Amino acid sequence: MKLTRRYRFSASHRLSTPRLSAEENRRLYGKCNNPYGHGHDYVLDVTVEGAPDSYGQLVNREVLDGLVAERVLSRLDHRDLNTDVPELAGVVPTTENLAAAIEAALLSGWNIAPRLSKIRVSETDRNIFELENRNA
Amino acid sequence: MYGANANPNGHGHNYVLEVTVEGEPDPLTGMVFDLRELKQILNEQVVEPMDHRFLNREVPPFDRVVPTTENLAVEIWNRLRPKIDRPNARLQNVRLFETADLFVDYRGE
Repeated sequence: MKLTRRYRFSASHRLSTPRLSAEENRRLYGKCNNPYGHGHDYVLDVTVEGAPDSYGQLVNREVLDGLVAERVLSRLDHRDLNTDVPELAGVVPTTENLAAAIEAALLSGWNIAPRLSKIRVSETDRNIFELENRNA
Repeated sequence: MYGANANPNGHGHNYVLEVTVEGEPDPLTGMVFDLRELKQILNEQVVEPMDHRFLNREVPPFDRVVPTTENLAVEIWNRLRPKIDRPNARLQNVRLFETADLFVDYRGE
């Protein structure tokens, strides 16, 4: 059985890599390369997998909410992903890289019985990134 | 353990149920499953017995089993599978939304 819980956070970013020239960055990232950044209302779906316990719950909602708040939301919400998040230092904060950082943050603090099955990060309604947890 | 969900006089949800049937289209009809029949099964097995009911009092086994969304998904799966499974089609997944921000997927595992 899987249970999916949805969370929201807002953050700003600018896509630019020092490995390319200013002109090449503009061509590669388009508007996302605008110098002063821009924001997204991200949606994060966290899916956990396991069996319900004797109380009928796969996971206690408050415990899961607390874990996600501590590991992810408190570190990302209303932050600038380029400057405020140590896990993204030196990395272009694309939503691909953001999803990987979120998965790593969750797994490093994972203290609940069901396993993390996958996360899904929506940058907009049209750009959605899924990351299956490949760890056992 | 259950927080506000344990308030003594209960509370309600507008549950949303997604049922996934997997199979090969029938060579004659071109359909994996007749959607009219599927709708009838869902109405008989789930909507009529559960819609606008107090699960804890009116819908067995939830007089004995805690009606968490996990347990409700299992009960719906158990009711639907014998009605849906047939040689060219089978129940593949039950997705039950308790709210827009919380859902359970169950595949009989």
